Amino acid sequence: MLRMRTRGGLAFQIGIAAFLLVALLIVLIPFWRVIVTAFVPLDVYTHEGVPFFLSPAKWSIEAFKQLMTHSQFPRALWNSIVITIMGVAISMTLTIPLAYGLSTRDLPGRKLIMGLILFTYLFSPGLIPVYLLITGMKLTNNYLAIILPPAVSVYNTLVMTSFFEELPVELKEAARLDGANELQVLWHVIIPLSKPILLTIGLFYAVYFWNQFFTPILYLNKNELLPLPVLLRNILISSSLNEYVEYNAFSTSAVESLKAAGVLITMIPMLLVYPWIQRYFTKGTLVGGVKE
Amino acid sequence: MTVKTIPAVTSSAERSAIKKLAQAIWRTRWMYLLMAPTLIYFLIFKYGPLWNAQIAFKDFKPLLGVMGSPWVGFKHFESFIHSYYFGELLTNTIFFSLAKLLLGMPIAVICAIALHETWLVRFRTFVQTTIYLPHFLSWVVMFGVLLVLLSPGNGLLNEIIEKLGGKPIPFMTSPKYFRWVVVLSDIWKETGWSTILYLAALLGINPDLYEAAAVDGASPLQRIRYISLPGIVPVIVLVTLLRMGHILEAGFNQIFVLYSVPVYSVGDILDTWVYRQGLLHFEFSLATAVGFFKGAIGLVLILVANRIARRVAERSLW
Repeated sequence: MLRMRTRGGLAFQIGIAAFLLVALLIVLIPFWRVIVTAFVPLDVYTHEGVPFFLSPAKWSIEAFKQLMTHSQFPRALWNSIVITIMGVAISMTLTIPLAYGLSTRDLPGRKLIMGLILFTYLFSPGLIPVYLLITGMKLTNNYLAIILPPAVSVYNTLVMTSFFEELPVELKEAARLDGANELQVLWHVIIPLSKPILLTIGLFYAVYFWNQFFTPILYLNKNELLPLPVLLRNILISSSLNEYVEYNAFSTSAVESLKAAGVLITMIPMLLVYPWIQRYFTKGTLVGGVKE
Repeated sequence: MTVKTIPAVTSSAERSAIKKLAQAIWRTRWMYLLMAPTLIYFLIFKYGPLWNAQIAFKDFKPLLGVMGSPWVGFKHFESFIHSYYFGELLTNTIFFSLAKLLLGMPIAVICAIALHETWLVRFRTFVQTTIYLPHFLSWVVMFGVLLVLLSPGNGLLNEIIEKLGGKPIPFMTSPKYFRWVVVLSDIWKETGWSTILYLAALLGINPDLYEAAAVDGASPLQRIRYISLPGIVPVIVLVTLLRMGHILEAGFNQIFVLYSVPVYSVGDILDTWVYRQGLLHFEFSLATAVGFFKGAIGLVLILVANRIARRVAERSLW
């Protein structure tokens, strides 16, 4: 980032590179350990535990097979996908019009609406009042219970609003003069121009819903409804995995391998979308609503 | 639509103002219609809980409902403040917030400066990409990673301790270590992500300053000391203020996943206690009072923080 190369720089540069390398290893080694644990074959594990390096020829995918052939894990994976897609759809449908409205400077009552929304961001009475609302609406064992309360993030709305505010007003005016109503302006003018921000916010909602585990524990009490993180948590805290895999004396992988494989399966979808998110946030789209 | 001056309004002027407003509302009727679902959503899902929060001042009985339960004033607030866990919860909550901030921020600042200084462009991008990643993982996944590292049986760290001749330590369940597991795992997860803000500030510094320093023969450390650091002080101030405003948010998801009965005394925070008291012991009103108490203090803190930020850093959070 610095083009200037000052004197006495080389030793300093080596120091900086070494520091960054250490930082990198501190992040990577734990992941490496999880990966090796998931792939270590049972016979190696029983003899020497988890080695730091494992020759690639010995890697075993038994743990993954065992998890994915039992009914619980694939279903939880599917549930997580359903929750994430439903959640993003509902969140975006509710967030975009609000952000669009708030970005219209001459909207009567704009400040009032902004104030009312900001207040909910600044003051929250906590968990119990939401719980009473959701159970009062009989949403237990319904995915809406875990999607609706966090569906609109005030922060995301404000970031989106400030993006919309930067779009040229003339385009909207021109569309309105052509007789387009607000929905048409939003759909045909605003949305096509706002792809980067919509994608970014959408992905942030997706990450949020994918990672959710507390509200599912709270509101879903049927095993077949549980999303992946909840199942993973149950697996991680249980000492015998009988409930989640065909785990018995003839099992072909260690409990630790099964747990590590569960961690990896939960992470993988995140790793797949990560390059996408990363592309946008490094451009600075999200830093305090900084516009591109 | 703001009225700039308020002269002695005649009734006709008043009438025309109302007419104007009505016209403006009529002109934008489609916009309101478009926003209506979200506004109704806010009314139900954000203001609904605020309405339910009145049970903090009542003795809530599920059979009587929110409206039907009898008022008791500040009874629950008083019993919470006078209880023995009040001090413990507050101490734990503030400890976690402060430790994460005071340890995490310098590390993030140093990482940002190192990323900014390095000449190795590709390496920098790779490091950035990697250290941002943990931010996107669920705390459940983090729990799995921590087990692989810390479990007394075959955790990596305990294997090293054993090789060095020590005894394995049950980090996750020992009151002596649990707090540091929480603080350090949070720093591990979030440091990369928090470098983004500092990097953005560093990139915003006028390059002429660095050029002038180079001409003057400044050493790299002098350059960091006199240009880079002063350049990011406003961001440091802003982040600190924001975090102070959220000091009672100690990381519910994290602690909910990581803690267990043996470490309640050092790990329990306001939010986890509200959850257990409210939903496991069915003390709805007491738990709501504690949530309300936390929300009210949080509101005051964040308003104060924002005011200071506006004055000191000439920025505000909204």
